[in-house]
Amino acid sequence: MNIHEHQAKALLKEYGAPVAQGVAIFSADEAESAAKSLPGPLYVVKSQIHAGGRGKGKFKELGPDAKGGVRLAKSVEDVIANAKEMLGNTLVTKQTGPAGKQVNRLYIEDGADIARELYCSLLVDRATSRVSFVVSTEGGMDIEAVAEHTPEKIITVAIDPMAGVTDADVAKINSALGLDGAAAEDGKSLFPILYKAFTEKDMSLLEVNPLIVMTNGHLRVLDAKVSFDNNASFRHEELKPLRDLTEEDAKEIEASKYDLAYVALDGNIGCMVNGAGLAMSTMDIIKLYGAEPANFLDVGGGASKEKVTAAFKIITADPAVKGILVNIFGGIMRCDVIAEGVIAAVKEVGLKVPLVVRLEGTRVKEGKEILDNSGLDVISADDLDDAAQKIVKAVQG
Amino acid sequence: MSILVNKDTKVLVQGLTGKTGTFHTEQALAYYGTKMVGGTHPKKGGEVWSSGVDGTELPIFASVAEGKDKTGANASVIYVPPAGAAAAIEEAIDAEIELIVCITEGVPVMDMVRVKAKLEKSKSRLIGPNCPGVLTPEECKIGIMPGSIFSKGSVGIVSRSGTLTYEAVFQTTNEGLGQTTAVGIGGDPVKGTEFIDVLEMFLADDATKSIIMIGEIGGSAEEEAAQFLIDEAKKGRKKPMAGFIAGRTAPPGRTMGHAGAVISGGKGGAEEKIAAMEAAGIKVSASPARIGATLADVLRG
Repeated sequence: MNIHEHQAKALLKEYGAPVAQGVAIFSADEAESAAKSLPGPLYVVKSQIHAGGRGKGKFKELGPDAKGGVRLAKSVEDVIANAKEMLGNTLVTKQTGPAGKQVNRLYIEDGADIARELYCSLLVDRATSRVSFVVSTEGGMDIEAVAEHTPEKIITVAIDPMAGVTDADVAKINSALGLDGAAAEDGKSLFPILYKAFTEKDMSLLEVNPLIVMTNGHLRVLDAKVSFDNNASFRHEELKPLRDLTEEDAKEIEASKYDLAYVALDGNIGCMVNGAGLAMSTMDIIKLYGAEPANFLDVGGGASKEKVTAAFKIITADPAVKGILVNIFGGIMRCDVIAEGVIAAVKEVGLKVPLVVRLEGTRVKEGKEILDNSGLDVISADDLDDAAQKIVKAVQG
Repeated sequence: MSILVNKDTKVLVQGLTGKTGTFHTEQALAYYGTKMVGGTHPKKGGEVWSSGVDGTELPIFASVAEGKDKTGANASVIYVPPAGAAAAIEEAIDAEIELIVCITEGVPVMDMVRVKAKLEKSKSRLIGPNCPGVLTPEECKIGIMPGSIFSKGSVGIVSRSGTLTYEAVFQTTNEGLGQTTAVGIGGDPVKGTEFIDVLEMFLADDATKSIIMIGEIGGSAEEEAAQFLIDEAKKGRKKPMAGFIAGRTAPPGRTMGHAGAVISGGKGGAEEKIAAMEAAGIKVSASPARIGATLADVLRG
């Protein structure tokens, strides 16, 4: 789960991290009181969407010369004018794709006098199986570009889970970021704070870009991006209200209600598969035969008939879907359960597009019989190659 | 021969009394008499579990340590729900169980970071979590793989994906090659056993004449494995290999079902992995339906 910048900052503030004063607003009417509650005279008006590259982003509805998704304002009036221009419009950034994202909330923040911009993130490093700080003196820009062009400027510090962030770790991070004086002192408290927040809240990513050294020599978290490990959501009821459904695809929200792993894609062949690896491979093989998948959908290992029905309904409800491929290799999953689920769904919502089914594994014979005797217009396939070719042919004619 | 498990492996089930544990223990017992020796449950120690299929009875112990002590178990399989899975692994590590196989999907990453640190200082090997388990044909089945598609043979199979393991097993059975052992290492970002560990075992196993390695997007384990194979080949250790990588069409930044299957920060894409594997001499199949045929082609030379 991803959250907005203002939510991430509020969370870090609870842990004692230095963040600026700020107020989140949902309508332009709130802009004036928000700005007046801040010290001024410099304000920052920041679009709150779940995507990076906001500063350089462009609003679809505004002209090409209009300012981006993060703007400086030098008066309360200026804040109001910018808020009116930004709210409700669609911001297109490097990470949103061409469709962009509607800006439904803004964060009005107290401005800061910046001396240096740094990069600091925490993540679980798969190579070492440890939480690691990834830091660089090249802050405020796209870290992927830094990694590509000047990888030597990115320093990784792995943290021993038994010891936590030690003085030696802090010294390494401070040195990598070139911090001294007041900033180095701030680092002694900030880096352990970030680690504590990361581990206690089961984050999968905490990115502060930029972390700034202000002209007064102190550190401040100027931007914050946080993602949480969905596997740990069972122990974080307190984080549930932070979920913003307007940031998610409607079909993905529906799928999540049934605990289905679903990702919406741009193609026209809907897929229902068991197992994540096989589901990805099914997408790949559709592409291999010249078509595009409309989705990734893993019904999971032990899906019930109800879950299969729900999955099938989500696929058929997508108007982009011109054909459906069901690909099951039954291990725990029984082919007869899949067959019954598909039939139940078709009876309920009808079948307006070609359907190819490939069944293999546990109870395959029973599953095929159920489909054959259903009277439905199902194209059955012998193996995955055959299935992919048949659905691509059916859709492309 | 085989790796990790054989007819002498004695298995304790952590989470035997639940629905999943019961079903798969029944299946394991039915698979060439896999030596399931008991289960554990903190509150049901002293009780007896019985199979709904044929009435086979297994003792339930209050702890893994007690179970190991009374049965001589050298392996455990974990069917405990995500919230308790890490604690179950830690209990097995403390009891010095040699091989721990965690099937559970959805274990928090932070729990696995803690487990992994403990594991590194222990005598145990962990397979998983979020994996289908380990199976040596006609000898021992630990986990949830369907036994019916296996046949005894010469191919070692290692995979991050459960259902793609089944594809590879099924296809090598149809090719008449059969398997020595199939190992599902799991789809999580932090796990007990990586490709390199299993490849080392397959290279050392005389019965394993060829290897299939199935990876997917996310992380760099495939690239590291490829480098390992290149280094070993220089020492004269090399076996014919075929492979597959899932997720060529996956969009960056999206987690594709498996917690570890995500292209992030421009890293973990399929093409780089395929290139690395090809460079290490692995013939990578473009189609998931032709993994077995690709290996057969390699073996025919």
